[in-house]
Amino acid sequence: MAADTKTLLFKPIVAENPITLQILGICSALAVTTSLRVTIVMCVALTMVVAFSNLFISMVRNYVPSSIRIIIQMAIISTLVIAVDQLLQAFAYEISKQLSVFVGLIITNCIVMGRAEAFAMKNPPIPSFMDGIGNGLGYSSVLLILGSVRELFGSGSLFGIEILPLVSNGGWYQANGLMLLAPSAFFIIGFLIWIVRTKRADQVEKSEFRLAAHTTQEVAH
Amino acid sequence: MQSKDTVAGTIKVALVLCVVCSVFISSAAVILKPFQVSNKLLDRNKNILAAAGMFDPALNSNAEVDELFSRFTLQVVELDTGEVLSQERLSQLGIDPDTYDERAVLADPQFSDALPEEEDIADLKRRVRYSTVYTLPAADGSIETLVIPVSGYGLWGTIYGYLALDGDGNTVNGIGFYEHKETPGLGGEINNPRWKALWAGKKVYDEQGEVALSVIKGGGQGDYEVDGLSGASLTSRGVDNMIAFWLGPNGFGPYLDNLNEG
Repeated sequence: MAADTKTLLFKPIVAENPITLQILGICSALAVTTSLRVTIVMCVALTMVVAFSNLFISMVRNYVPSSIRIIIQMAIISTLVIAVDQLLQAFAYEISKQLSVFVGLIITNCIVMGRAEAFAMKNPPIPSFMDGIGNGLGYSSVLLILGSVRELFGSGSLFGIEILPLVSNGGWYQANGLMLLAPSAFFIIGFLIWIVRTKRADQVEKSEFRLAAHTTQEVAH
Repeated sequence: MQSKDTVAGTIKVALVLCVVCSVFISSAAVILKPFQVSNKLLDRNKNILAAAGMFDPALNSNAEVDELFSRFTLQVVELDTGEVLSQERLSQLGIDPDTYDERAVLADPQFSDALPEEEDIADLKRRVRYSTVYTLPAADGSIETLVIPVSGYGLWGTIYGYLALDGDGNTVNGIGFYEHKETPGLGGEINNPRWKALWAGKKVYDEQGEVALSVIKGGGQGDYEVDGLSGASLTSRGVDNMIAFWLGPNGFGPYLDNLNEG
């Protein structure tokens, strides 16, 4: 059991990372990683939502009629997301303003639905909860890397504390504006996937098809 | 176990789930409401103080906001006439100056009008009839600082902020933006303290009483020009339009005229 819990918790961090292996949850990874403080709140919010949605969905899994299975999952997930949004507005107003719609968009985050459907519907509550935490950690680890790189090179700071003094504030570092825009997150995620799959060749997907050679004139006739 | 896939079973599960979820959400919303309202108010007050140069998030704590803000007097002004609404008019209209929110009533035809296109220089579509002015009284009873809400369309969306003027209604004290969608690093630099510092001491009206304050790229000389942001022409133009609109005849122009005559 202990070993199982460990696998559930830590396997999604590198070996089965939802972002780098399954390429899920990219949208929010692009949107909320321009500063580390916001990133951390998003990570905590998402981890809570995945963990508890897995827990509750797993608790009711034997009573769920299969015809409305997805709707029930969505209802539970959105209830949790609204609760998280309300909590943030009440206790972390500044950050909830910066996260704006992206807290609400956790509802559509494929990781949450994916884990509900793939794991929680088939497993008992406690392992489901652990699986949720594990996937939340996997998502968080990628987001934290993105957030650190983007804030450091885009704004010259980490957690809002100046590390590289900016030219616009009288320092020497010319901020890289690209880092603050969404495409930079794509590049960094791309590099991460490259690194992970170079180390772990088993994650490389098989090509689905092979481009055929050009047909020559003679063959065509 | 067998019954769960029947029509009746499906409806029953759906109903139970709906009730449980809605009870959960409603209670969360009701319990957390007071915290959220006070957060919103604190945030607004903080922005007003920041525009007036009285609050710096790096130096001041949230606990000081209430004390600092209590020094302000809130007036609700009828924009068309520039007159401050009396207690009587306020209660007639059902406006409480402490909680009146210009942005919340913007869609309400009782409190706002559509702007004709040729007058809508800041691309706002609608304008409220009544807006709050936050005034800071000096020791002798005159106005030391007044803060007005301003808004206008930038590049990607509407920019919202506060403009603080000195008691003469003509000298800029400070400016601050609390909500915008401009590009980070380019138009987003409207919140850079070094750019905002360019505003202090600029004059709004020329001798003819027209709005002369403008944001000009490569400018910044003299009393009426603020240098535009490099790489953000449309954002700079948006801020320029915002100033022209809100200090002009459709904005707080009439109120500021009254202020100088009275």
